[in-house]
Amino acid sequence: MSIRGRFATVAVLFLVAVGLIVWSLMAFLTPGTPGGVMDFTTSQAPGQPVNLTVQTVGAIGFGKHPTWVSYLVKDPHTNQWVQDTTWKLPANTVVNMTVLQYDTGGPLRNQEWGQVQGTINGTASLNGTSYSVYPSYTGNGVGHTFAVPAIGLNVPLIGVSANAQVCGAGPCHTSSPHNTITFSFKTPSPGSYSWQCFVPCGLGYLYGNGGPMATQNYMGGFLEVVR
Amino acid sequence: MNEPHHLRRLTTIWIVLSVAADLLFWFLVGPHVPPGRMTDMATSNQFDFNVLFVIALPVLIGVWLYLAYAIVVWSAKRGGPEPVGGEAARNNRTAQVAWITITSVVVILLAAFGTVELIVNHGSGGGEGPNPVWSPAGATQAETAALAGTGTWSPNRNQVLPVQVIAQQWKFTYRYPTFGGFESSQLVLPNNTTIAFNVTSLDVIHSFWAYQLSVKADANPQINDVAFTKTQQTGPFTVRCSELCGIWHGSMYNYGSVVSQQKFMQWAQSTEAANAANTKYLPPFAWTYVPDANGASGGYYPDGTATPYSTAEIYGAKQPAS
Repeated sequence: MSIRGRFATVAVLFLVAVGLIVWSLMAFLTPGTPGGVMDFTTSQAPGQPVNLTVQTVGAIGFGKHPTWVSYLVKDPHTNQWVQDTTWKLPANTVVNMTVLQYDTGGPLRNQEWGQVQGTINGTASLNGTSYSVYPSYTGNGVGHTFAVPAIGLNVPLIGVSANAQVCGAGPCHTSSPHNTITFSFKTPSPGSYSWQCFVPCGLGYLYGNGGPMATQNYMGGFLEVVR
Repeated sequence: MNEPHHLRRLTTIWIVLSVAADLLFWFLVGPHVPPGRMTDMATSNQFDFNVLFVIALPVLIGVWLYLAYAIVVWSAKRGGPEPVGGEAARNNRTAQVAWITITSVVVILLAAFGTVELIVNHGSGGGEGPNPVWSPAGATQAETAALAGTGTWSPNRNQVLPVQVIAQQWKFTYRYPTFGGFESSQLVLPNNTTIAFNVTSLDVIHSFWAYQLSVKADANPQINDVAFTKTQQTGPFTVRCSELCGIWHGSMYNYGSVVSQQKFMQWAQSTEAANAANTKYLPPFAWTYVPDANGASGGYYPDGTATPYSTAEIYGAKQPAS
């Protein structure tokens, strides 16, 4: 083979290798449904608190993994439930968060996550009753948590009774058994902050932390905090 | 024209440059080389890095100097004869012996230096497993008392402070057995105190890396990996997971701080009181905990009994609690 031919072969192989590496990296870094960004910066007047409503469902009921547990967020403009877990929020602003928890619960792997932390008054409200600690070995246990580790926020989301007629697929309607959990927190300075559930709720996956726990747009996402 | 004595000239330049570079490095850069001097382990590791730099710099300068000298002095001159190299070196027994001797001595010295430093400093801040080879004075008593729930710590008493590091996907939390066994997301340490980190995991393999403290210990489920260090500077430090552990591995970090013993005492007592409502639901302090193998929920202990912890328990043998 001529020098030019060899050079061309090496160049093509090099480009193929680079392409494979880039493809592999992108596949690793953007797993699951790409999803969009739910914008909460225009849903209220500047400086006013943001109202953010989500629901947790035992099975999302649609998409690529209809049996996976998931969060859904209410679009503040259309009031539709959307499978987006990246939320754009204004910096240094109070967020009034309402979680409609439709899933059942159980004991926490680490009771540390049964403690409300990082909310504005250190408490959350369960169906109108304030709580700061929930013993996950009692009652219906904890279904999920909403936690933003970088800002020290953690709220245990109390489960509904497994004996109830639990919502089978999302989006769930408030006619189904659910707990309403409310709390407020203040967004930090601009930046990207990951949030996640600390209940290993990926049933059937090793330690319960695979599947929906390891895929964006299900049990974790980002707070994209902007000016 | 007399040929200059190249070896003498090269050696002279090399010595001057090496001494200058080493002095500049040692006094200007050395004090700032990571991991700093926040703990005794960090200080000894910084010293080791600096010694290695001081040895490496003359080698680096020697190679670069020889290349530069060869390009300038021995390159072909325009219109001159093509230089032929290698013949003199090929049969130069002195050069060959010197090359083998010097490189061998350097490598053997480095190995000896590393070994001596490891032994003299009682490790390098890495996890030593559940049965540490090197335990500081008082560590065994402090650890034994911590497990029995009888451990105490107070300022100015030169006591070892056991701190448990619990890794889970994807956050480190910390238990303080000498303060009622409370658990916190914050890692606060007293200054001038020997810390016994007891590192474990509730799920997959993580690695606790507090690099300014020069402590790095793998966090394995059902294993207590012990690492020691003595704090000697107040200030903040960073904790990172250094074992790729899943999607939020990149977010598995937090900031800790070394504070005065009095401030630490205040923090520990106030946090113990503030977390008391949750601490009573935590399992008794133990070196390791048995998480469920699969599925949702499941606590440190699978069945929620009063004495959930057992070192004899087989990992994943019990079914999820839910």
